Amino acid sequence: MNLRESARFAVRGVMANKLRSLLTMSGILIGVAAVIILIAAGTGASASVQKSVSSLGSNTLTITSTTTGAGSRGGGARGGAGGLGALGGAARAGGGGFGGAGGAGGAASSSTVNNGTLVQQPQLTLDDAQALVDETQAPDVASVAPVVTAPSVTATYEGASHTVGTFTGSTPSYLTNDNDSLQAGVPISDSDYTARKRICLVGTTVAVDLIGGDGSAILGQTVQFNGIAYQVVGILTAKGSSGPQDQDDRVVAPLTAVQDTLTGYGTISSISVKAASSTEVTAAQDEVTSILNQRHHVTAANEDFSIFNPTSILSALGTITGVFTILLGGVAGISLLVGGIGVMNIMLVTVTERTREIGIRKAIGAQKSDIVGQFLMEAVMLSVFGGLIGVVIGVLVGQLQFGTFQLVVAPYSVVLAFGVSVAIGLFFGIYPANRAASLRPIDALRYE
Amino acid sequence: MTRPARPVIELRAVSKIYGSGDTVVRAVDGVDLVVERGDYVAVMGASGSGKSTLMNIIGCLDAPTRGRYLLDGVDTRLLDEKRQAIIRNRKIGFIFQSFNLIPRTSAVSNVELPLAYAGIRPGERRRRALAALDQVGLTARANHGPSQLSGGQQQRVAIARAIATNPVLLLADEPTGALDSRSTAEVLDLFDELNVAGRTVVVITHEEEVAAHAKRVLRMRDGKVLSDERVAGPAGRPPRWSAEHAPQARVTS
Repeated sequence: MNLRESARFAVRGVMANKLRSLLTMSGILIGVAAVIILIAAGTGASASVQKSVSSLGSNTLTITSTTTGAGSRGGGARGGAGGLGALGGAARAGGGGFGGAGGAGGAASSSTVNNGTLVQQPQLTLDDAQALVDETQAPDVASVAPVVTAPSVTATYEGASHTVGTFTGSTPSYLTNDNDSLQAGVPISDSDYTARKRICLVGTTVAVDLIGGDGSAILGQTVQFNGIAYQVVGILTAKGSSGPQDQDDRVVAPLTAVQDTLTGYGTISSISVKAASSTEVTAAQDEVTSILNQRHHVTAANEDFSIFNPTSILSALGTITGVFTILLGGVAGISLLVGGIGVMNIMLVTVTERTREIGIRKAIGAQKSDIVGQFLMEAVMLSVFGGLIGVVIGVLVGQLQFGTFQLVVAPYSVVLAFGVSVAIGLFFGIYPANRAASLRPIDALRYE
Repeated sequence: MTRPARPVIELRAVSKIYGSGDTVVRAVDGVDLVVERGDYVAVMGASGSGKSTLMNIIGCLDAPTRGRYLLDGVDTRLLDEKRQAIIRNRKIGFIFQSFNLIPRTSAVSNVELPLAYAGIRPGERRRRALAALDQVGLTARANHGPSQLSGGQQQRVAIARAIATNPVLLLADEPTGALDSRSTAEVLDLFDELNVAGRTVVVITHEEEVAAHAKRVLRMRDGKVLSDERVAGPAGRPPRWSAEHAPQARVTS
């Protein structure tokens, strides 16, 4: 008796009671489909999180001050300030005034002096940004872009007005750091930057709001921002929205011009740092941290800045969605187990029903292994057919999209679910099959 | 000088005892029996006489408590479960009162079954199964399921299944118990034919009509052989057999 014989007998057994076999299969079917679909939901969630995080800029670190306070627009004194001590100390002076206190403040005590008001100033400066461009201390930093943000800027153009979501002043390298590209026009050049030219790049939301149509007509026009004229030289490629935030409601202009006209020459809002490659993001973060700690005379315990690392956010979110996926898969796995118990249940019924047949087979020479093979094959067949249909249904449902949420069928889940369904057939088939094979022929023949 | 042929069945003081102490039941009590090749033996007795237990022992479905049983020269006490299955498959053809065909399975597939368990390849198996069906005159019904066959036809399929492996012994347990008189006659004629063709037949029965076909009649009571009556020699013709009375079966081997 070979495997093919057992398979033939098993097929006959399965077909003998079609409705029952179908119902038994549906248990496995639902389990397998559930595993595939729920893992697809988890994978889809993880993919969508990854997509929105990576739109924040890959390989890019954003350094912001952790001490926010009043007077972010300091005086002009900072412009070309030199000494490290002066910078660090000034930032700590507390209260709001700074500059004069500079060198005298002394690094050692500054970080703890806050007069009990807990109000400190942002302390990132252009010099901090400059210091990060250092091939020996920060070899993994590819480019640095200081960023100032002008608050509540209103754009007007020929009677139309629009409140700009984000008005950014930065250097030409900002566009690459921020993963931006232009859909029309030219980017800001180094010469534009040093010449403090009042030019800007606008996001599509701004363009459309000001001029209508698809917004492309804004190119070359002059727009007033809080009454100051900027010429639009480029339109930023649409990025879509991330959560409630419209990423296209923004304007980018040379940092020099923005400081001249809108923000003044104080501290900067943030520094955007791009690592040389995705594998060097963490190294770059360490280098940047150590340079800034040195400049600000702080240690890890009292750092006055924070570094936003999308990669680490991504890995944290990856862990969360991973747990989520396992959880969903686990729940689905339970239904697969229930399906397996269904197979065992029906196989036990089948064995009892066919006790006499088993007796006949044994009387005419079937060996224990023949009987085990036949009933085990029958159980595996039920679960394999159920599993196959479940895979088909799971993969089909896995193609669906709910709004922006797209299910993603993970190939491993298909293999896993199907493999488990076969294993379940074997596992839950062994006991009934052995029970059938252990029947004594005279008892089995006498059974009515 | 020729060595005498090995007997098909050789029982030596075989007993089957159930229970112990006061409740001991000797279903078979010290039976000695030798059945020669080509013989046709009827074992008779009322229910409870031990004839079914004896049949189980002869059929290797049950092991004796005491004594020795040699089937075709093989001592069955030395066989494990696997070898017993092989012995049943190769040396014995069973015929039951209730036919015991596998339901929802065509006649020819039923006849193929013992051949499948013997490990014979499908083409050869089909050929031999059809030959066996031809011997019982049911070639035309080869593809019918048991539910599409009359009782007599089902029993003939069962006989075809029993002879398909070419066993040394046909062992029938009340083969006509569930049949009408016409089918009974058909089946008994078939047994006669098979015996004439050289097969050894042992029939367990309580019907005199069945026993009248046998060359030798054993009567049992309380597990013991009461009488052993020889009607015709093992090599001769069965008493009821006559050439013109032969059934539709075309006996070829």
